Amino acid sequence: MSFLADNFPLLRDAFLTTLALTVVSGLLALVLGTVLVAMRVSPVVALRGLATFYVETFRNTPLTVVFFFLAFGIVQIDLQFPSRFITAVAALSLYTAAFVCEALRSGINAVPPGQAEAARALGLDFRQSLTTVVLPQAFRTVVPPLGNVWIALAKNTSIAAGFAVTDLTATLQRLANANADQLVLVFAAVVVGYLIITLPSAWGIRVLERRLAVLR
Amino acid sequence: MRLTRYAAAAAALGVVLTGCSSEAGDQAQDAAENTVEVQEDVSFEAGTTMAEINEAGVLRVGTKIDQPGFGLANTEGTPEGFDVEMAKIIAAELGLSEDQIEFTETVSANREPFIQNGQVDIVIATYTINDTRKQVVDFAGPYYEAGQDIMVASGNPEGIEGPDDLAGLNVCSVEGSTPAENIRTNYPEATLTLYDVYSKCADDLLNGNVDAVTTDNVILTGLVAGNPDAFELVGNPFTEEPYGIGLTLGDTEFRDFLNDTLEQSFEDGSWEAAWDATAGAITGEPAPEPPAVDRY
Repeated sequence: MSFLADNFPLLRDAFLTTLALTVVSGLLALVLGTVLVAMRVSPVVALRGLATFYVETFRNTPLTVVFFFLAFGIVQIDLQFPSRFITAVAALSLYTAAFVCEALRSGINAVPPGQAEAARALGLDFRQSLTTVVLPQAFRTVVPPLGNVWIALAKNTSIAAGFAVTDLTATLQRLANANADQLVLVFAAVVVGYLIITLPSAWGIRVLERRLAVLR
Repeated sequence: MRLTRYAAAAAALGVVLTGCSSEAGDQAQDAAENTVEVQEDVSFEAGTTMAEINEAGVLRVGTKIDQPGFGLANTEGTPEGFDVEMAKIIAAELGLSEDQIEFTETVSANREPFIQNGQVDIVIATYTINDTRKQVVDFAGPYYEAGQDIMVASGNPEGIEGPDDLAGLNVCSVEGSTPAENIRTNYPEATLTLYDVYSKCADDLLNGNVDAVTTDNVILTGLVAGNPDAFELVGNPFTEEPYGIGLTLGDTEFRDFLNDTLEQSFEDGSWEAAWDATAGAITGEPAPEPPAVDRY
């Protein structure tokens, strides 16, 4: 047990890094994903095409490749993120936004067309009907799929370990190599770190789902 | 066939992506030519690990496949390098040909479990002998003494001569490695950037994101050989990293056998030949003095 006590500051910092990666990327992905879905359902063909292109690009590219591109690819055209952490946040949120967009789109499709028609009949324009009528109903139905995206994101942050961000997985590598005799404890500590993020999330999603359920 | 065409395109892309490491790989090709004479007439006391391996007809070896000069997979996926040559020497003494060696990739973090679970008989993977590791596995050897060194951009713009000059600079290494730990504890004024593989460090040095890359000199030598115009080695090793052969804890007979085999290879020139064909072919330097085997 003294092993865990000795390495507690290290594990705590790693946990906070993983948590920060998840929360910051999650919020950015939610914002970007919402913008994308608005584009995907908009009446403007160019916006629809652009958003579809974005989603298909990022949804179908392995996350590691996105990381690689942002860490070592854009340098070729003299672009550079100010820190490795920001590179990781950019990669994670760009990637996750595509999934958020698709989850939201499924929610929008689930809103009965009569709702949008009624909004239009009341004289609301596209933006107004989307933000006040369609999206609020869509967000309710997509809590479970968005929850999936969120938990996947929490675990995807581990890719950042390979790109110079000292998160839980990077700490696993460091501690496992330095403490060959304590491997089980190292793995347990790191897994617990991830569970502290994902299990309450799963619980929170269930609560949110019950609260927001549309009664029909 | 559309599918085959896509597969071919993907394979071609793979070749392009790994192109940077292929130069060192070519040099290791020579190693394949280097053969060790297999002992025909071997007998071991029943019940020993040597007898078991001889009877099974296969020696299972854990090695790295990403370290030019020591263990690097060639285009067919077969590892080549000094570590691989050491495995061949040992197999020969066990009465096995090199085709009877089964290589498994081991990375730094999983070498002990592979030995403990019996997934491999021995690990020869630039494996530094140290006291923590001796708690869970036994070591034969060392068969090579490496040392931590520093690689910089060619021309050495920051004028780095040794680890003390790293203060205030951005230094790249691999997460969890002994060299990274050494910098963290003994040279805390250096800023560490830690990736999972050294090739990313080389990329970052090329981009100018880091000022130096530090790890065992043999690994750095391989990276310099891959891009001699862009990188150079400071050439001032500041630690001792004895590379040993990992085996099951407490298997003293097998350890003695491995130590005897190593000592014999030091004497009969097969160790030197192995060096010249692999790591030596990359550095262009003659084989060093073999280290003294440590029968702790």
